[in-house]
Amino acid sequence: MTATMDTPNKATSSALNSKVPEGDIATMWENHKFSMKLVNPNNKRKFTIIVVGTGLAGSSAAATLGELGYNVKAFTFHDSPRRAHSIAAQGGINAAKNYQNDGDSVHRLFYDTVKGGDYRSREANVHRLAEVSVNIIDQCAAQGVPFARDYGGLLDNRSFGGAQVSRTFYARGQTGQQLLLGAYSALNRQIQLGNVEMHNRKEMLDLVKKDGETCGIVVRDLLTGEVESHSAHAVVLATGGYGNVYYLSTNAMMCNVTAAWRAHRRGAFFANPCYTQIHPTCIPASEDHQSKLTLMSESLRNDGRIWVPTEFDDDRQAGDIPEGERDYYLERKYPAFGNLVPRDVASRNAKTVVDEGRGVGPLKNGVYLDFADAIARDGRATIEAKYGNLFDMYANITGEDPYKTPMRIYPATHYTMGGLWVDYHLMTTVPGTYAIGEANFSDHGANRLGASALMQGLADGYFVLPYTIGDYLADKLGDDVVSTDDPVFKTAEAEIADQTKMWLSLNGTKSPEHYHRELGKVVVDRIGMARDKVGLEKAIDEITSIEEEFKANVRVKGDATSMNTELEKVFRVADFFELAKVKARDALVREESCGGHFRVESQTEEGEALRDDENFSHVAAWEWHDADTVQTRHEEQLEFNNVKLSQRSYK
Amino acid sequence: MASTMPNLRDPQPIRTRKKDLPFPLNIWQSAVGRKWVMAITGIGLIGFVLAHMAGNFKLYDSPAAVHEYAETLRVLGKPILPKYWALWILRFGLIAMFGLHIAAAYSTKELSRKASDGAGFISGEKSYPGGREYAAANYASRTMRWTGPIIMLYLVFHLADLTWGYLPHTDYVYGDPFGNVTRSLGNLPVAILYVIANVALAVHIFHGAWSMFQSLGVNNPKYNQARRGIAAGLAGVILVGNLSFPILTQAGVIDADDNPCREFVDSDANTECFEDILAKEGK
Amino acid sequence: MSEQTINLTLEVWRQNGPGDGGRFETYEAKDISVDASFLEMLDLVNERLIEEDKTPVTFESDCREGICGTCSLMINGQAHGPNKGQATCQLHMRTFSDGDHITVEPWRAASFPVIKDLAVSRAAFDKIQQAGGYITVSTGSAPDANLIPVPKEAADMAMDAAACIGCGACVAACPNSAAQLFTSAKIQQFNLLPQGQAERWKRTEAMVDTMEEYFGTCTNHGECYEACPKEISLDFIAFLNRDYVKAKIKNRKLAGQKS
Repeated sequence: MTATMDTPNKATSSALNSKVPEGDIATMWENHKFSMKLVNPNNKRKFTIIVVGTGLAGSSAAATLGELGYNVKAFTFHDSPRRAHSIAAQGGINAAKNYQNDGDSVHRLFYDTVKGGDYRSREANVHRLAEVSVNIIDQCAAQGVPFARDYGGLLDNRSFGGAQVSRTFYARGQTGQQLLLGAYSALNRQIQLGNVEMHNRKEMLDLVKKDGETCGIVVRDLLTGEVESHSAHAVVLATGGYGNVYYLSTNAMMCNVTAAWRAHRRGAFFANPCYTQIHPTCIPASEDHQSKLTLMSESLRNDGRIWVPTEFDDDRQAGDIPEGERDYYLERKYPAFGNLVPRDVASRNAKTVVDEGRGVGPLKNGVYLDFADAIARDGRATIEAKYGNLFDMYANITGEDPYKTPMRIYPATHYTMGGLWVDYHLMTTVPGTYAIGEANFSDHGANRLGASALMQGLADGYFVLPYTIGDYLADKLGDDVVSTDDPVFKTAEAEIADQTKMWLSLNGTKSPEHYHRELGKVVVDRIGMARDKVGLEKAIDEITSIEEEFKANVRVKGDATSMNTELEKVFRVADFFELAKVKARDALVREESCGGHFRVESQTEEGEALRDDENFSHVAAWEWHDADTVQTRHEEQLEFNNVKLSQRSYK
Repeated sequence: MASTMPNLRDPQPIRTRKKDLPFPLNIWQSAVGRKWVMAITGIGLIGFVLAHMAGNFKLYDSPAAVHEYAETLRVLGKPILPKYWALWILRFGLIAMFGLHIAAAYSTKELSRKASDGAGFISGEKSYPGGREYAAANYASRTMRWTGPIIMLYLVFHLADLTWGYLPHTDYVYGDPFGNVTRSLGNLPVAILYVIANVALAVHIFHGAWSMFQSLGVNNPKYNQARRGIAAGLAGVILVGNLSFPILTQAGVIDADDNPCREFVDSDANTECFEDILAKEGK
Repeated sequence: MSEQTINLTLEVWRQNGPGDGGRFETYEAKDISVDASFLEMLDLVNERLIEEDKTPVTFESDCREGICGTCSLMINGQAHGPNKGQATCQLHMRTFSDGDHITVEPWRAASFPVIKDLAVSRAAFDKIQQAGGYITVSTGSAPDANLIPVPKEAADMAMDAAACIGCGACVAACPNSAAQLFTSAKIQQFNLLPQGQAERWKRTEAMVDTMEEYFGTCTNHGECYEACPKEISLDFIAFLNRDYVKAKIKNRKLAGQKS
C-alpha cells in the first residue's frame, strides 16, 4: 500500500446537491409536493420500476408504486417477502399522534430525532419523517395491523428509549413483524392484481447504468444460479443495513451490504459508514462458534441494576460477591439517569469495564443486569408480568434462571445509521437509483432513537418515495427501457459469471464463514464502541491482510447451477471487506465523537462524547473509483436553522 | 429441468378447482365443506347409534317389550303414513348419511394422499424415512381410516345376521328380535366380533365427536375445554352400553331361555305368541 | 452456564435437487458446546466438512431468533425438534445428551418440494396469502387510526393469529400435509378485526380454495399445534371452518360483493 492510498482524497461538497427546497421547514414538504412534476395516471403504466429488497421500506414502496399504476418488479433473496429482517424489530414505531395528550407534536418528534441523532442528520428530511409518521399509523391500522389497544378499543402507546412522551405504538413484542406483514399484505394485493411482478430468491449483484443513468440491475437466481438482467426506468434499493460487517450482530444471518455496495461501486456515494448503533442489552456470546447475538428489550434497564465486581478477574459466582464488592458503575457515574442512560453511553461503559478485566461470565465478556432488588421490592409476580417473556428467552438461550442469578448482558451491533447518500428525493448520486429505509443514511444522523427505524422504513416506502420518484420519471416519458440485450447488461452479466467462476475455482482451505468471522473480530475490536487513530490505522492494515488471504484461500464448495449458500456467502463477505475498509477510514477522518461514533481522542473531562461542530458538522460521503484506489471523501454541510445545537449530558 | 420436476417458485396445484356449482352443492366441492358434511352426518350417525342402543336396552325389559318396540318402529308415523313407510324413510336417511360420510372420508383422504406425495407412505399415511414422533395425534385420530371400514364391514354382517336373517347360526325368526339377538350373541365368535366392532366404534367416535366440533366451527372459549370431555363421555357411554349386550348374553344375564315364544319358529306364529302376551299385560 | 461439550451422531438427509431420490448420510458431530444452538451445531459440522473438502449440508435460516420463519428441519421426527413453542433456531444443544443419535430431515409435503438437502420451497404459502390475505386499502386512503375502535379482546386475538411466522411446521407435522393452521391464522387475523369485515367472506373463500389447491385435508389430529413455534391455537381452524361454510351462504346473499 502506498501512502497516498491511505489518505483519502478530499473534495468539496459541490458534488453533493441535497436538493432541499427553500422555505419554512414546517410547510416545506407540502409545498414541495405541489411543485414536483407529476406523471399522469395513464402514463404511469409506461414506467417500469425495480424495487430491490422487500422489508418494511421495500414492500411498502413496491405496494404503493403498484397502487399508483407503475409497473413494478420487486426482488428479494428470501423465499418470501415476509422473511426480511424488519420482522425482528420488537419495540415499536414512533408517531407524533399525541393521542396521549402529553404534549407531543410533529415538531417535538422532529426535535427529538435531530437531537437524538447528535445533530448529524439533515433537518429537512427529519421534519418530513415526523410529518408523515402520523399517516403511517393510520395506514397500518387500516391494513389490519393488530396494534395494542386499551379497553376502549383505542390505540395504546408507551414511552420508549428514554423519550419524554408516549408516542410509541406497538403490537406486543413483535411490532416489526406485524408492520412487515401489513406491508406484505399490501404487496400481495398488488401481486394478485398483476401490478407487481415478484421475483423471490434472486439476489442483486450489480446496478447497470447507461449514459450515466440507471437502466436496470443484474441478479443471480439463487435456485438455478442463472445470471439475469432486468431493465427499468428507475431502481429503488431497500436492502437494509451493513451491521453484519461485525459478524456477530443482532442482524439476521443473510443481512448484507452487497446490493448497496454494488450500487456504490457504480457511482452511488456511501455516506457516514462509521455510524453504527450498538445496543446495550444483548446476550453475550457464549462460545466460539456463536453465529449471532440476540437482543433483549431495552425496557429491562427500567428495573434491572447493572454491575460488575470491583475486583479484576473475579471468578466467584454472582451470589458469592458481597454488596460492598460490587460496582454499580452506571449509578455511580451518572447519578441522575443511572441505569437509564442512552444506548451509546451504556454500551461504552460496559465495554470499558469488560476491557479492564472486570467482565463476568465464563468468557468474561458481559456485565450483570440484576433483578434481585426489583424482585425483592415488587415481588416475583410483578417482574414476571412485566418481563416474563424476556426472562424465558434469556433462560432458553443461556440455560440460566434470571430470577435466581443476574442476567449477563453485553452490547451488540444493532442498526447502521450510515448508508447510501441520498438527496431530499431519496435519490442517490446515480440518477434514477433511489435508496430507502436502513439502506440510506438520511434521517438518524449519528444515532437512531428507539422505535424510529420502523417509522423511517415505512415513511420512505409509503409516503415519500412514491411522490419523489415521479419527479424524475416525468422527464422520461416516451423513453423505452434499455433492452437487456444491450452491451451494458451483457458486460455486467459476464463480470458476475467471471467472479462466480473465480470463487469456485479458488479451492482454498477455509470457508467464507471463517473469513467473515475473522473480519468481524477486527471490526468489533477496532471500529466498535470506542475508536482511536492508532487502532483505526491498524484496522485498515489488518482488514487488508485478511482480505488478501480470503481472496487467495477461501474454499467455496458446490456448483454454480443449483442452490449454493456458500457461493451466496462469498459474494457478501467480499463486499463486507471493502466496506470495512471505508468504515475504518471514515471513522479515522471524523476526529470527533458523536452518537454511535466515539473517538477516544474527543471526549470531555468526564469521559463523555465531545462533538466538534466547527469541523465536522457535515455528512461524509465516499465516492468509489476502483478497487485499488481509496475512495474520495465528499462533504455535505449540515445547517441547523430549527434546532439549537447542544452538548448531551446525563450527569 | 424435466417437466415432472416440481416448480420451486410457482408450485403446481395438486388439485384444480372446477367451476362453482350452485349452492349448496358448492359446499361439497371443497374439502372443508366435505368435512362439514362428514360432521353433520356424523352427528346423525351418532344419534342413530344412541337410539339403537336405547332400543336395545329393551332386552333388559322383556322379550315381549323388544317385540313391541320393533313393531312400533314399523308402524311409526301411523296413521299418516302406511306401515313401514316412516321406517324406510329413516333407513334411506341413514343410508344417505353413511354414503356421504364415507364418500367425504374417502375423497378427502385421497386429497391428503396427493398432498403428501413424495413424502413416502407407510400404511397409507405420510411418513418420514427417519421416523416420526407424534405429539398430539392419538391412536384414535390416526386409526379413523381403519376403524371406519371395520365398522362398515361389521354393519354388513350385522344386517345379514339380524335384519336379513341370512346367517345360519341365528335361526332367524322374523318378528322375534329378542330370540334372534340372544341366539346370535350366544354364539361366542359372534359375541367377540360384536365386541371388536363396538370398540372400533367407540374409538371412532372418541376422535369423531371431538373432530366434529372443530369441523363445524363450534368454538367458544368458555366451552372449548369441555369438547374433549364430551367426546370421551359419548364414546364411553356407547362402549359400555353396547358391550353390555354380548357380554351379558355370554354371561347368561340375557338368556335365550327367557323367551316365552322361543318355540315358534314360524314368523306369524311367533308374532301371534307375542301379541297374546302383550294383550294379557293389557297393552 | 457450563462449558460442557457433547458428541453426537447425525443422520442427515442429503438430496442434490428436486429430482434426486435422496438418502441419509451419517456425520459425527464432536465437541459440540451445549450452549450452541442446533443451527450453530450444523454450521460447525459444515465448516468441518468444508475443511475436509466435502460439500456442506444446505439448510436455510435467517434471523435465528425465532421470528422470520426461515428455518425448518424435522429433528428426530418432530418439526422444529422436541421442545414446544420453539423454532429450530431456538433449540439449544443442552436439550440433547452425549452420544445421542439425531436424524435431521427436511419438511415433507407435495407442495413443499425439496430444493436441496434440507431446504424446501414454501412458495405455496405465498399463493394462499396472495389470494386474499389483505385488507384493500391503498396508501393514503386510510382514515384516522382511532376512528374505528377495536375491542381489546378482538385486537388481542387477532394478534394471537398474526403471530404466525409462516415456517410450515404445521404442514410438515400434519399426517395429511394440510395447511389449515397456517391458513386459519392468516384469515382470522383479518376476520377478527372490524377493518377486515368488508372482505371477510370473499377472503375466506378465496384463501381456503387456494389452500386446497396445494394442501391436504385437516382431520383434526392437532399435530400442527404441537409443532407450531408460536403455539397458534387450533381454535382458529374451527373459526376457519365456520367462516368458510358461512361464506358460501353469505357470498350468495351479498352477490354485490362478489368479484
